[in-house]
Amino acid sequence: MNLGAALKTRRGRFVLILVVLGIVALCGIGVFGGEKLPVISLAAEEIPLPFSLPFYGNHIPNTLPSTFLTMAILILIGLAYNRAQRQEGPPSRFRVAVEAVAEGMLDFMENAVGENARIFFPLVATFFLFIAVSNWCGILPGFGSVGVLAPHHAEETAVAEHEVEHEEEAVAEHGEGEEHVEMELVPFFRSANAHLSTTLALAIVSVAAAQYFGFKMQGASYLNKYLNFRASSPKPDPSTQKGMEGIISKMARGMEVFINGIVGLLEIILEALKVLPFSFRLFGNIFAGEVLLFVVSYLFAFVFPIIFLGLELFVGLIQGLIFAMLTLVFFSIATTSHHGEESH
Amino acid sequence: MWPEGEASVRLAATALTIMVGVLSPAFAIGWIGSKAMEAIGRNPEASGGILTSMILVAALAEAIAIYALVVALAIKFA
Repeated sequence: MNLGAALKTRRGRFVLILVVLGIVALCGIGVFGGEKLPVISLAAEEIPLPFSLPFYGNHIPNTLPSTFLTMAILILIGLAYNRAQRQEGPPSRFRVAVEAVAEGMLDFMENAVGENARIFFPLVATFFLFIAVSNWCGILPGFGSVGVLAPHHAEETAVAEHEVEHEEEAVAEHGEGEEHVEMELVPFFRSANAHLSTTLALAIVSVAAAQYFGFKMQGASYLNKYLNFRASSPKPDPSTQKGMEGIISKMARGMEVFINGIVGLLEIILEALKVLPFSFRLFGNIFAGEVLLFVVSYLFAFVFPIIFLGLELFVGLIQGLIFAMLTLVFFSIATTSHHGEESH
Repeated sequence: MWPEGEASVRLAATALTIMVGVLSPAFAIGWIGSKAMEAIGRNPEASGGILTSMILVAALAEAIAIYALVVALAIKFA
């Protein structure tokens, strides 16, 4: 069928519109056909294990295999680059690509920070690569859909409706109650950052590393940011401090010392609280993206999820970039000395 | 049509949370974008740095909307 010729005739256009609408309708037929919404759980589901691990016990959260997958991908790329670097001759395309990515990141960091970029580079680049790769792995086929059936743990969630093709409802009576043991699908893989533990771990490392770099670059005077019991105004000349003027200026300086001290102690609390926005920003973006993909795939099976998969690609990369950039900014704040003028 | 009891309050709470929670970040991101556009218009050479800063600050503002979304989802699904 010649599309160009079909578009010219009125009947051809009519048929074409009918065909497109038919495809759209077919894609959306799941909604009206009575398919059920997939289970969306905020907490990571637990995969039951036949053996017992020391910390986790009988089950592991299903974001853990995703984390291992991401780590495996990054480590393999690193090892492959290491081997490619030893080869003679002109560099291969793989080597050029890896070097381009690394140089791009280093250039960006040198623009932002300056000469300390080389010291910060390993950690910040790792944050970016880990988060971006783990977010991208989360939209691979098989994530969230291939898994085992396990007894439904949470009783207080909203009604558990199961995916149609993977379910069997094992109904068992417990003693005198009417409860059923409903089985739910526990996927083997789930996007790694969709678990608050992963993002919290990354955020804690980021904030702790900022403190570490602060101490390393500035030594013990880094503590002056927090324990700041000195006045910010310069010490006045004693010859002008006579009588009432002297008393008032001493009181003013006393107030300054007091307020600066309290602000310094507040800084400690603020530094610790930085963990929360870091972790919740990443968790919220990725978890909301997962929910979005579930719901769109529930509504339209075939064509329209492509748009949202593209959105997820973009969001995953941007969130990695944001995390890395904010980490870099906090590193550079921690390593530049604050109060340039000391009043002694 | 509507669920009864606790489920209906959950539904209403989820909707209200996300409704109110995205108002301020929407304005914030719009302001940031408009100021960035003005700055680029004045100084097209610096557009790279301005764009990077704009994305950074927009992500910070969007994080507030994400907090509201996380609370809404937590109300609905946990």
